[in-house]
Amino acid sequence: MVTASLELSGPEASRRYIEAAHPSGRPTHPSLLDPTHQLDALFGVVNIPNVIWIDEQGIIVRPPEPGWPGGRQEFPKEMLADMPDLGRAPGAPAEPVDGPGMWAVLGSGQDRLSYPDAIRDWVNNGADSPFVMSPGEVIAASQPRDAAMSQGAAHFELANHLWRAGNRDAAIEHFNACHRLQPDNWTYRRQAWSLVGNDRVGGDYGRFVQGPVLGEEEDWPFESDFRSEVSSRAVGSYYPSTL
Amino acid sequence: MLTDTLELTAEQFAAGTGWEIKPQGACKAEVCVPLDGSAADFNVRAVAERLGMAIVTDATTAMSAIGPESLGDRALATAQAPELVLKDLDGNEFRLSSLHGQKVVIVSWAPY
Repeated sequence: MVTASLELSGPEASRRYIEAAHPSGRPTHPSLLDPTHQLDALFGVVNIPNVIWIDEQGIIVRPPEPGWPGGRQEFPKEMLADMPDLGRAPGAPAEPVDGPGMWAVLGSGQDRLSYPDAIRDWVNNGADSPFVMSPGEVIAASQPRDAAMSQGAAHFELANHLWRAGNRDAAIEHFNACHRLQPDNWTYRRQAWSLVGNDRVGGDYGRFVQGPVLGEEEDWPFESDFRSEVSSRAVGSYYPSTL
Repeated sequence: MLTDTLELTAEQFAAGTGWEIKPQGACKAEVCVPLDGSAADFNVRAVAERLGMAIVTDATTAMSAIGPESLGDRALATAQAPELVLKDLDGNEFRLSSLHGQKVVIVSWAPY
C-alpha cells in the first residue's frame, strides 16, 4: 500500500495523520506527500479517498475509485465542537427543498464495508479476481476528461504555484477558473476551500472549514462551498459505487 | 507541467508530461499519437493541441501550466501506470516503479 496526501501547504499539515498510522510514528508503508495533486493529473483522482490498483507488471487493474479500509467512521467529537457555524457562498446552489442533505449524500454510494474484501480477493486470486478489469475497461472507467478539463487542471497547477508563492489573489482567480471547468473534481475544490477556511478559523481542525463562517459570507472568495455543493448532489453521486 | 517558458525542447516536454517524442509520434507506454514534423521541429503548442493538453498562462507572472492529455475524453490514455515520483515527510524520494513486481494499492487522502 502507498498513501499520498493531496495537500499543498507543506508536510506539517499532514504530519500528525501520517504519524498516527503506526504506534512508532513511522508508517511501514510509503506514506507520501502530493502537494501538486499529481494523482489527479496522472491517474484521474477526483476525490479523497480514491484508491488505484496496480498489478505486478505495472498495469492499472482498477482506476481511481472511492474506497475505505472498513465501515463509516465518525468525526471526533472535539472536531465537531470546534467547527464554527458556517454560512453559504453567495453564488452557491441552494439546498434542494426536501433534499437528502449533506450527510446522507456523503454516506451513500460505494459500499465501505466490502471494499477491503475486494482488495483481499485480488491479492489472493490475482488476474482471476472478478474485480480485475482489462486495460480497455480501465481506460473506459477512468474519469471523463476533455480539453476543458485539461484546462481546469492547468488552472489548478497555476493556482497551487501562486498560492505557495504568496500571490493569493491571483491563486484564487485560477482556483475559481479551475472549479468552473472541473466541477466534479472534489480535491481541486476542497483543497482551495480548506486553504481559506483554515486561514479564517485556524486551530486543529481549520482545514475542515470549507465554507464561509456565518455572517462573513460576502468575504468568501469562492463561487461555492462544500456543504452547498454536496447537499445539492444526488444520493450516490459523491462517492459513486463502482464495485 | 509548470513552466516559465513555452520554448521547450522535446526532452523537457517528456520530463514534464511523460509523453516522449519519437519517430512515430508522441508516445506514452504503448500509445503513440502521430505528429507532423520531427522531434527537431518540436513545437509545444502544436504537440499539446494534438494531445488535447490545454496551455494556460498567468497574465501577471507569465508562468504557464500545460494540462494533462485528454485523449479519448478519458483521464487514462493507457492502463500502463505512469511513473509517480513523490516525497515522504523526511524528504525521501519515492518512485512508483520501485514497486514493480508487487501488487500496489495507492490511496489518496488529505488533511481536510
